[in-house]
Amino acid sequence: MMKTTAVVIGAGHAGLAMSRRLTERSIDHVVLERGEVANSWRTQRWPSLRLLTPNWLTRLPGYDYAGDDPDGYLPAGSLVDVLARYARFAGAPVRAATTVHAVRTAPGGFEIQANDDMLHARAVVLATGACARPAIPAIAGAFPPSITALTPVTYRDPGQLPGGGVLVVGASATGVQLAGEIHRSGRPVTLAVGEHVRLPRRYRGRDVFWWLHATGVLAERYDQVDDLTRARHLPSPQLTGSPQAATTDLNALTAQGVRIVGRLGRVSNGLAQFSGSLANTCSLADLKMNRFLARADEWATARGLDGELPPPHRFAPTRVDPRSPLELDLSGGEITTVLWATGFRPDHSWLDIPVRDRAGHIRHDGGVVTGAPGLYVLGLPVLRTRASTYIHGAATDSEALADHLCSFLSSERRWQGIRSPRLPARWLPRPSDPATAR
Amino acid sequence: MTITDRPVDNGVNVQALLDARDALSAAPQAAQFTWRASCTWRNGTHSQSTVAGFTGLGTEQQHRTTYEFDVDHPECFASEDNGATPVEFVLVGLVGCLTAGVAAVAQHRSIQLRSVTATIEGAMNILGILGADPEVRNGFEAITVRFAIDADASREDLEALIAQSQKRSAVFDVVTNPTNVLVELA
Repeated sequence: MMKTTAVVIGAGHAGLAMSRRLTERSIDHVVLERGEVANSWRTQRWPSLRLLTPNWLTRLPGYDYAGDDPDGYLPAGSLVDVLARYARFAGAPVRAATTVHAVRTAPGGFEIQANDDMLHARAVVLATGACARPAIPAIAGAFPPSITALTPVTYRDPGQLPGGGVLVVGASATGVQLAGEIHRSGRPVTLAVGEHVRLPRRYRGRDVFWWLHATGVLAERYDQVDDLTRARHLPSPQLTGSPQAATTDLNALTAQGVRIVGRLGRVSNGLAQFSGSLANTCSLADLKMNRFLARADEWATARGLDGELPPPHRFAPTRVDPRSPLELDLSGGEITTVLWATGFRPDHSWLDIPVRDRAGHIRHDGGVVTGAPGLYVLGLPVLRTRASTYIHGAATDSEALADHLCSFLSSERRWQGIRSPRLPARWLPRPSDPATAR
Repeated sequence: MTITDRPVDNGVNVQALLDARDALSAAPQAAQFTWRASCTWRNGTHSQSTVAGFTGLGTEQQHRTTYEFDVDHPECFASEDNGATPVEFVLVGLVGCLTAGVAAVAQHRSIQLRSVTATIEGAMNILGILGADPEVRNGFEAITVRFAIDADASREDLEALIAQSQKRSAVFDVVTNPTNVLVELA
């Protein structure tokens, strides 16, 4: 059995960032990757996908974006190239085509069953991401089999869909992007909208991520957030990384001709039923956006930036058709495809250690898994800050967790059976200095 | 800005609700409530319903007193108008739930309410319930609620108040989303 000090599972941006940190700290490790580096970006995303974040935010340990389009948005394919180069630059010890089948505790740490081999490690970092599987609601089973069913993982482009109407369920980033793309292909789209996060792509001449970064929203720590459970379940904002930096909110989709309906409730007698609460759902999203814009304006004024920025303004409220349909006949032939843009879940099904809560989520304190000393997780939403879900946030998180892992290794040598230490304050992320932002 | 800063009091014990949320999250069985009413037919379209007890927090509970409701239809329906119609009870339920929510959220957000009134209207085409037109539904075509709130808060704050009230309203959910209803014979 191979023995190493640390095993990192997943060679995406989070796993590679952690690998670089471990190398910097001279901790011997391997990175296990079921495919090739950046596998999910390669094989589980649709070709027209671009990052939500502008290129200047593509930061990894020892690497900053140096291309000629800092305000653009990297296509998924380009990110794959970036990560492949980064893996070489970082000298990451990646074992590709290696599938982890089980991770268990063992004397001195953990046993990892990968392909047909067993590895032993004193520490394990789970870096398989938050989007390993689509979260498909049980209601999907009630749709007639004659309707083609797709998820964001199986979707590639509108050409693979039959002609006819498409029901897109879910209006987060994925939902609005794909609703727009599919509708433009001549297939009329109905978009079922539940709770969502509305943000403009640009405000007062800057990308919305510039504001999120500058005002400190992205740096908000998990132990400072009001309702952490809620924050970790927020849908991704309705943003698209298009070359035109267009805003892709519900008003933009309505203007395109997409039909907006309320949250999908259930299927009854072959009829899909939508909530009548659409108007309030949209009001809530508008109010939340306006609260953020007000915060951005206050911050700009306090920093004396009003002179150099275009003036503050607000966006039109989301227009809701008061007669928006409450049901759709699924057997009438109007809908030939349903796309479940209903979110993603991580996949840690091979983790054979009892570290989950009642809802099946891994319990952790800023990425330090509770109840399993030496076990860490990266890449989950609001893991340590609101930026954790983005590339630069995972990169930042990897530093603190690598420090913790280091400390764990050296203290474990002195004290046998120590319990997972609480993350000391100095390892909590420091508030970002807005002056260094672009 | 007042010289004496009185604490906001809309009469809602928000702390108790927050404590309950924490306690019940840890003991989810106790959060399972069953609300009940029983109904006795009197004559024609007139019935009387009573609400006395409910199950919750792991045990049988009783209201302070037994509440009684006459339910009937109006004379233009060839009835005797011994009480409000069932659909009017639904409107009362919805506006009462939303108004309670406004008070609770205002308390939580330290907004002192001076007065809150609301009117609620449900548009209905009765060809539906008369079975005269299969394209027409039995229920409301639309419900509109109009709140008039006098409080020390901006218009945006008050809009946020009513949005949050809808977001956490039981009857709003009952009315806007599908609910399974099973009716059986003893």
